[in-house]
Amino acid sequence: MTKFLQRWTVFAGLVVIWQLLGWLADDPFFPPPSKILSAAWEWWVLEPANFTEHIVPSVARLLSGWLIASLIGVSLGLLLGRSDRAMEYAGPLLVFLRSIPPPALVPVFLLLFKAGTSMQLATIVFGVVWPVLLNSVDGARSVDVTKVDTSAVFRIPRWQWVLGVVLPAASPKIFAGLRVSLSLSLVLMVISELVGTDNGIGSQLMQAQREFDYTRMWAGIVLLGVLGYGLNTALLAVERRALAWQPRSRDEQHA
Amino acid sequence: MSNMLEVADLGHTYGDHEAIGGLTFTVRAGELVCVVGPSGCGKSTLLRTISGLVAPSRGDVSLNGSHLAVVFQDYSRSLFPWLSVQGNVEFPLRSLPRAERRARAAEALEWVGLSGAARKRPWQLSGGMQQRVAIARALAYRPALLLMDEPFASVDAQTRFELEDLLLRVRREHDTTVLVVTHDIDESVYLGDRILVLSGSPARLVADLEVPLPAERDQVTTRTDEGFVALRSKVARLLNVGKPALDVEKWAAAERESLSETVSS
Ligand SMILES: Nc1ncnc2c1ncn2[C@@H]1O[C@H](COP(=O)(O)OP(=O)(O)OP(=O)(O)O)[C@@H](O)[C@H]1O
Ligand SMILES: [Mg+2]
Repeated sequence: MTKFLQRWTVFAGLVVIWQLLGWLADDPFFPPPSKILSAAWEWWVLEPANFTEHIVPSVARLLSGWLIASLIGVSLGLLLGRSDRAMEYAGPLLVFLRSIPPPALVPVFLLLFKAGTSMQLATIVFGVVWPVLLNSVDGARSVDVTKVDTSAVFRIPRWQWVLGVVLPAASPKIFAGLRVSLSLSLVLMVISELVGTDNGIGSQLMQAQREFDYTRMWAGIVLLGVLGYGLNTALLAVERRALAWQPRSRDEQHA
Repeated sequence: MSNMLEVADLGHTYGDHEAIGGLTFTVRAGELVCVVGPSGCGKSTLLRTISGLVAPSRGDVSLNGSHLAVVFQDYSRSLFPWLSVQGNVEFPLRSLPRAERRARAAEALEWVGLSGAARKRPWQLSGGMQQRVAIARALAYRPALLLMDEPFASVDAQTRFELEDLLLRVRREHDTTVLVVTHDIDESVYLGDRILVLSGSPARLVADLEVPLPAERDQVTTRTDEGFVALRSKVARLLNVGKPALDVEKWAAAERESLSETVSS
């Protein structure tokens, strides 16, 4: 309980200060939290059409983009991580591609896919695949030699080597990558919705701003914050279960 | 008795460093053979070429059976922390039906006295217990030959004695053929039916000694047995232990070299 209080005091304090300042300033650009929350409640909760037309498609894009990127990133990463030859060929290309800011590719994807779901997915996938991929490469390389030797001596089948040794050994790094790319997915989801579409949370943000409805704009931003927080919490819960095998104490190596 | 392992003129060179040169020996079925030699002489290299982890530069290894198992010194790295103790023992048995796999793992854990720890994670066990899990995993695999690379070098003395006796017991009860690599002369005499003494660079076989001790061994009486003491001294002499003259020369030369390096830099 005290820990809970500790964690939220600063947050609550800032909200209160903002509320007071908002009342005092009475500035249309920065409405107080109370107004934002009631607008958010009206707009996102009391309006079922907004839920099905904007929130659901946005979250669906975000999650499917993230899942596709994760699948590509993990499988390609494990492959590259276990093959020095492949990494020698692909390494420079990866570094180059990763350096391109994904929003810069939105116009390219617009040309390739036209506006719509494919273009949005392409933007998310291209943007978030790198953290997963590079962490998977790193994780796959970190399988220590004794485990490699043990697996070789027992002549285990290939699938067991990949799924039973490399994947679990790499999983702590993989999860670190998944977390980074999940937050990135949210960012890229919004960016991909700013142009060429009229559904999704991002498009609603744009529209509210164009219509000078700043309270509604802030309501959208709050919704994104809540969404990001919720997704991250959910992933952390999954991670904690998946990595429950990790030794909790520090003296794991030399018992 | 038939030969389980035949090694003929086995040699290995890393780059331009010849680690082992032309070793020839055999291991008979049911025998426990110890390979003893100074640190860095090529014992691990020998074991890695026999196990197929390294392709030897020359020579032949032939095994009378399809598979072998290895117990490494570094038990904490050789066990998989994401698997339970039982999962670790079942690890090499994935091609078997589930029920048989279970049964074999349970049996092997019983042999090493760890039936009660089957559901634990390896890192929740002491070092000695972890090495017993590694031994159980190797035994559950039913290898034609069990190779061990300094298996007891990183546990304390008490645990080491226990593990040595455990190895002697399980291999007698289950008729396992074992090749143990060690740098500990006492251990090689205590465990072995035969001792292969390696020395020099590249490593060569300097002696192949039968151990004239009864199969039943005991940590206290065996180690004070006259045969034990005599054989230990013999191996020690073969390995040049206690002849410091050469080493002093070497040390002085190294010292001069490092001194001149310090001066010139
Ligand atoms: N992968 C390698 N590449 C190059 N040289 C190696 C390699 N592995 C071992 N060596 C060298 O070969 C020699 C024999 O090494 P090896 O590990 O077989 O010795 P060892 O008898 O097992 O030593 P220890 O008792 O310390 O385990 C050493 O001089 C070592 O430096
Ligand atoms: Mg060694």
